[in-house]
Amino acid sequence: MGRYILNRLFVSLVTAWVLVTIVFFLVRLLPGDPFLSEKVTPEIKANMMRYYGLDKPIHIQYMTFLKNLLKGDFGYSLRYKNRTVNEVIKQAFPYSADLGIRAVIFATIVGVTLGIIAALNRNRTWDYLAMFIAIVGVSVPSFVIGPLLQYVFATKLNLLPVSQWKGFSYTIMPTFALSLSSLALMARLMRASMLDVVNQDYIKTAKAKGLSPFQIIWKHQIRNAILPVITVLGPVTATLLTGTFVIEQIFAIPGLGKFYILGIQNLDYSLVLGMTTFYGLFLIAANFVVDIIYGLVDPRIRIAR
Amino acid sequence: MQTSNSAITKEMFEHVGKNVSQMEAIARPSITYWQDAWRRLKQNKVAMLGLVIIILYTVLAIVGPYMTPYDYRTTNTEEIDQPPSAKHWFGTDTLGRDLWARTWMGARVSLSIGFLAAFLNAFIGVIIGGISGYFGGKVDMVIMRAIDILYAIPYMIIVILMMVVLGQGIMPLVIAMIAVGWLNMARLVRGQVLQLKEQEFVLAAKVLGASHARIIFKHLIPNALGVILVNLTMSVPSAIFTEAFLSFIGLGVVPPHSSWGQLAYYGIQSFRVRPYQLFIPAFFISTTMLSLNLLGDGLRDALDPRLRS
Repeated sequence: MGRYILNRLFVSLVTAWVLVTIVFFLVRLLPGDPFLSEKVTPEIKANMMRYYGLDKPIHIQYMTFLKNLLKGDFGYSLRYKNRTVNEVIKQAFPYSADLGIRAVIFATIVGVTLGIIAALNRNRTWDYLAMFIAIVGVSVPSFVIGPLLQYVFATKLNLLPVSQWKGFSYTIMPTFALSLSSLALMARLMRASMLDVVNQDYIKTAKAKGLSPFQIIWKHQIRNAILPVITVLGPVTATLLTGTFVIEQIFAIPGLGKFYILGIQNLDYSLVLGMTTFYGLFLIAANFVVDIIYGLVDPRIRIAR
Repeated sequence: MQTSNSAITKEMFEHVGKNVSQMEAIARPSITYWQDAWRRLKQNKVAMLGLVIIILYTVLAIVGPYMTPYDYRTTNTEEIDQPPSAKHWFGTDTLGRDLWARTWMGARVSLSIGFLAAFLNAFIGVIIGGISGYFGGKVDMVIMRAIDILYAIPYMIIVILMMVVLGQGIMPLVIAMIAVGWLNMARLVRGQVLQLKEQEFVLAAKVLGASHARIIFKHLIPNALGVILVNLTMSVPSAIFTEAFLSFIGLGVVPPHSSWGQLAYYGIQSFRVRPYQLFIPAFFISTTMLSLNLLGDGLRDALDPRLRS
């Protein structure tokens, strides 16, 4: 297990390094310089370049950038002199994380349940219904589901608050809209996995031992079938967290996504790139954790490597 | 019965003989793998519905903008925010532009970006995956480790980064999408090639002195084409979704050009008052993705020999 963890850690670190290096050099490819829009004399501009360390050779800038990242400094905003990426993250990320975690939990529980129901009723009404929900969920983007829910449940029926983030009733629609596509993916995966497991020898053995159908399904079938679902948790977390960009926009939630879009609209590229680095590193870390969990629950994985 | 004293005589039998020419006749015309797949696909009504919808949207994207006298760029301050009517079939937007024309001009952009990105991804993925799987050894090791690392960086993050740097527009969108979009296809093709290259027909080709290029392009890739095609069909909707997502967060196609994602983005600003401005593009994005997913499912069933009984 120790070797497995070290191996995954190494891959994650290399990935993180590749990501931040790509970010660094992409920023240098941006046309113009950061102080183009300001009306200043060349002297002041030179001073500012020196202040931000932009006059130094590129490899020194690169080392400084890496050093700052290691200290947890994701950069600054070009638009607002007094706002750093770290401050934006500190202020806004809790909202995004809250929404993201709710969506992951909701998608996993409902998706897996739907997959189980479909597999146990193979080629019957419940199966077709569950798979219909799944294919619609995969096909309808979250930025369509969100407004549709708002229109039906808030504007027409007046059941739920239209937007903002002030309590449980405010979280229902954003969570549902955000998690639908991941929920659908998990349902399809769980169904396929359940149908795969049902033909295994250990299910036959369990039947031969005279276990009740409930025990067979609960203890043998579901437990084994859920393993492939765990592997997609990493990518699903990525989809959900980047999905918050549009969901926060639609539901007026003061999370990172809102600042992200504002940054794009204000052409504040250093802020956007700093936040992108943060997102990327966060998701690489999430993937690492999922890999470890997968190694823990399925010994075959860590032995195979 | 009275059969006891009537013996069975030779005359009661008739020599039929072997009609060799008829025995060897082929009852039905033999069909190729692709004809067989097409026959199966035709029986799958849901997949065929998907195919029909895609063809319908493609045709409308080509002729749609010419079906109305209004231009997709021309603003008209006297007719802003009109609901759908006989004059403006899908209504007008906040600048008085005709939404029928904009929707189908947007369809051109959305569909062509979706198909172009998916095809280019498949093209690059097949070449790199093919080389990796066929040559194996160190080449394979290096390519696969590189793919592993790139794969671990979330797709959307890379695409957004590329868009920020490349600027907005259709070509930057396609370039951003193919930068890392080929990874999946490369992995898939590599796996297929690894399996296929051990088979006897490849050995036979080698013995007959076929070149590497001939073996890859004449033997391995045609045999993996079914899997490639299914993956290609499935990656078109995700490319369409990526375009819509980026346009929706303001990084994609910029006006006066339009795309479905961008129409949805502008539609959302006022959808509580004028829901049609959002729901029309949203309907087309959703039904296109649904149709392509259904078609992909159908193709997989039709092309995957393992599912045949």
